[in-house]
Amino acid sequence: MSYLNYHVAQVPTGWRKILHLNWPLVFLVTAVSCIGFLMLYSVSGGDIDRWAGPQMERFAVGMVLMFALAFVPIWFWRSISVASYVICVGLLVLVEVIGHVGMGAQRWLVLGPVRIQPSELTKVAFVMTLAAYYDWLPVEKVSRPFWVLIPVILILLPTGLVLMQPDLGTSIMLVAGGGIVMFAAGVSLWYFAGVIAIVVAGVTTVMESRGTDWQLLHDYQFRRIDTFLDPGSDPLGAGYNIAQAQIALGSGGWSGRGFMQGTQSRLNFLPEKHTDFIFTSLAEEFGFVGAFSLLMLYVLILGFCMYSALTNRDRFASLLTIGIAGTFFLYFSINMATVMGMLPAKGSPLPLVSYGGTSLMILLMAFGIVQSAHVHRPRG
Amino acid sequence: MRKSEREIVESGRLITRRVLMLGAIQAAVVSALGLKLRSMQVEHADEYRMLSDGNSIKIRLLPPARGLILDRHGTIIAGNEQNYRVTLTREEAGDVSAVIARLRHIIPMSDRQIADILEEIRKRSAVTPVLVADRLSWAEFSSIALNAPALPGVTPEAGLSRSYPRAGDFAHVLGYVGPVSDYDLSKIENPDPVLRLPEFQLGKVGMEAKLEEPLRGKAGSRRVEVNSAGREMRELSRQEGQQGATVQTTLDAGLQNFATQRLGSESAAAVVIDVTNGDILAISSSPVFDPNKFVRGISGPDYRALMNHDHRPLADKTVQGVYPPGSTFKMVTLLAGLEAGVINAGSRFYCPGYTQVAGRRFHCWSRGGHGMVDALGSLEHSCDVYYYELAQRVGIDRIAAMARKLGIGVRHELPMSAIAEGIAPDRAWKRARYDQEWQVGDSLNASIGQGYVLASPLQLAVMTARVATGRAVSPRLVRAIDGQPEPVPEWPELDINPLNLRTARAGMDAVMNGSRGTARRARIIAPEWQMAGKTGTSQVRNITAAERARGVISNEQLPWNRRDHALFVCFAPYDMPRYAVSLVVEHGGGGSAVAAPIARDILLYALADGLPPLTAYPESERAKVQEIWSRMNLTPSARKGEGRARA
Repeated sequence: MSYLNYHVAQVPTGWRKILHLNWPLVFLVTAVSCIGFLMLYSVSGGDIDRWAGPQMERFAVGMVLMFALAFVPIWFWRSISVASYVICVGLLVLVEVIGHVGMGAQRWLVLGPVRIQPSELTKVAFVMTLAAYYDWLPVEKVSRPFWVLIPVILILLPTGLVLMQPDLGTSIMLVAGGGIVMFAAGVSLWYFAGVIAIVVAGVTTVMESRGTDWQLLHDYQFRRIDTFLDPGSDPLGAGYNIAQAQIALGSGGWSGRGFMQGTQSRLNFLPEKHTDFIFTSLAEEFGFVGAFSLLMLYVLILGFCMYSALTNRDRFASLLTIGIAGTFFLYFSINMATVMGMLPAKGSPLPLVSYGGTSLMILLMAFGIVQSAHVHRPRG
Repeated sequence: MRKSEREIVESGRLITRRVLMLGAIQAAVVSALGLKLRSMQVEHADEYRMLSDGNSIKIRLLPPARGLILDRHGTIIAGNEQNYRVTLTREEAGDVSAVIARLRHIIPMSDRQIADILEEIRKRSAVTPVLVADRLSWAEFSSIALNAPALPGVTPEAGLSRSYPRAGDFAHVLGYVGPVSDYDLSKIENPDPVLRLPEFQLGKVGMEAKLEEPLRGKAGSRRVEVNSAGREMRELSRQEGQQGATVQTTLDAGLQNFATQRLGSESAAAVVIDVTNGDILAISSSPVFDPNKFVRGISGPDYRALMNHDHRPLADKTVQGVYPPGSTFKMVTLLAGLEAGVINAGSRFYCPGYTQVAGRRFHCWSRGGHGMVDALGSLEHSCDVYYYELAQRVGIDRIAAMARKLGIGVRHELPMSAIAEGIAPDRAWKRARYDQEWQVGDSLNASIGQGYVLASPLQLAVMTARVATGRAVSPRLVRAIDGQPEPVPEWPELDINPLNLRTARAGMDAVMNGSRGTARRARIIAPEWQMAGKTGTSQVRNITAAERARGVISNEQLPWNRRDHALFVCFAPYDMPRYAVSLVVEHGGGGSAVAAPIARDILLYALADGLPPLTAYPESERAKVQEIWSRMNLTPSARKGEGRARA
């Protein structure tokens, strides 16, 4: 039986597709977004126009896009995946040439009235490309060196461009997202073990070089590592944000201080309280109960996506869903680990909750694609 | 692309396996996040709650106290004093201009000052405290502390500020500290965060700048709880900083004070060096300025007055100033000749009052000439013609080599600013500098310390010390850092025949004690302190042929800045040298009349370790000396008890 021999007749068509959406996923995404509105309202001190209002508008637009994409047949995405990859790389090159510098890095591309952050688009597009690649590649060739090299190049090309912006956070995200797709596609575990071994050896070598005459990093770079390992060592510098975030988070206790009662954020001790550090405000105001609930909602979203991927017999759709869900997982776990002081501080938003247009819209569109994969899965 | 059923099944199985593995990894990560959350919010919640509840935590840096600088006996010459000041933090203040308006009721501030402060606050980050006012009286300070609730963001602080208890005495050697400027920060690759504190002081020039690192110390920090208005509620923990190292110098505060006062209002420099170990006991440049004014922020008019003063009080003439050494250079030429073997101590030249070389006449200072002159006499009478003859025989390169051997034209490293190298010219130097060949006339000028030769008072003192001891003595200023004595090197023997050195020393003795010595009037008659020296009078202008035709113009008829420099170098006791002194009085006139008496007085003070008995002076000088003493207001070095730092 071939792909075209699917019981296409059994795939819903027209408006009937709406009945076959992954509705629990829609509700979960909406619920998490609503938590976001609530928190944005709270950290703005009750000023709905500041962050919560604009965020709701974008959510509304994003939801419409999500439904629209859900109705597009999944094979359409497969057919444009190579083109979308080429376009994204082209946009990244364009950013390098004429990009707008924001926050010390070149990330934005202004095309008329539209501001695009190509690195965000790339996260989805190149997962799609990798999924298409492994759909095309016969399963028995997956672990052959040559066929492993191709996706590695596909990953490293946009990663290198993003690194030049420079945006270390996003490049790590791209490598990890691509890695998840390769992992799911069945690339031999030895490759992954090899990469991990090389990274560990590299890091060890760099750290061992400290103080010797072949020192590989500058002294200040080592000090930055020190600050991460012990924020107290530089309490007024980089450690400040982390120390304040931890105080806010920990002081929430079991049940929190109550909605809009968080003192750390109210007193402006918290930096970036509406973007990267919004989880600390949530944890302060709603305590362990609230913070853990959000974590569980994320896990449920992840779970529904993974289940959808498992039950989807179309290799492309399955891998794409895993890739998007994996990227989503990286998003929320890296953000939470950062504000809890488990990872070095770097700008990364909390998905669906943090204030920020591009990230929210792209995420909702990605979920639209996941829905599309779900709706158009082969039946019978 | 077609796919067989078998392929689909295999792909599905593979994905299932991998998704389960992926799920397991994700579950582990989520568990870690959940556990960390639980640990922070459930197990350690109370600790965080305490930090956050009502109050919040702040970390404040404790600036370290700057290291003291002491004289050789332990007298504090740079210390720290209490300074009451007020800072403002934008984030805590909210409405900055309203707070400043209220503050104005307590401390008088001009509109201009307020504009400056607002500008500074705008430039700095919201959490950086900005200095609003300092050197407040206790009344103002306590009034601000009392009104703290009405002044959010305003922090009264009692801090330390540098003070120089000896005012101008050590102004040039120590330099001064000042607030850290953006320019200072830009020069440091990775500045210590303590430098960004508004009140922090950094060494700007002199020893304060050169020894910044040991003097600065290490900042401490304290964690304090503040309420939402930024007011400190209590201190949670405190990590004391480390005071900067105490630097004990080789200087003698009493002698430095005497030397500075003895130079008075002259534009002059004096250096006293212990020839046995290189210790600099006094290094004084005159006129002085008060470094405390710079620490507090010098006013415009005061600064302009210092800048426009024709005696240049801000310049350190002891190490930065270079002068033609004049006849004090004759020991160099003499030793070069003796070492080269072109003359011996008994060789004589005839001095008719001039020498004719290459169609030009080079005059001796004595118009009538000195007749037959030997080595000793050449120094005693300071006969120029003797050296013109000698220069033609020995050649400039050997003179320059001897100069460098004795420390002229060589940079002596001391923790002071802009130390000059001077010039010991030779053929190669002139070719490199002017792209011209060396002329025999250049040699003649150089032989008597004129022409291209330039030396700083420090170099002249080193030269004298080396002639006196025959060792390559180098100057040093730091005796101990934090109680750790700086080792005194064993100064190596100079590669000069001791007999020749003895001839030079005997000549210097004859200058003072010979029957017709040029500085006989300034001799010391106490036999245990017998002094040897050499005068120098160096021209700062060329005497034109027209002037010469009209006859010699006396110095007094010239404007101040065209008069000759008066120089003098000396050491004592003659048979067992201990101290050497070099002295330059800019545009002072004659070395013997002006410079020698001052140098003698300073040397005697060093030898007697205080004011010497009058009996050390020749009878004829005593009245004058007493008169000079009576005009002085001396602050001796504190030897015991008061004003002395506990080590």
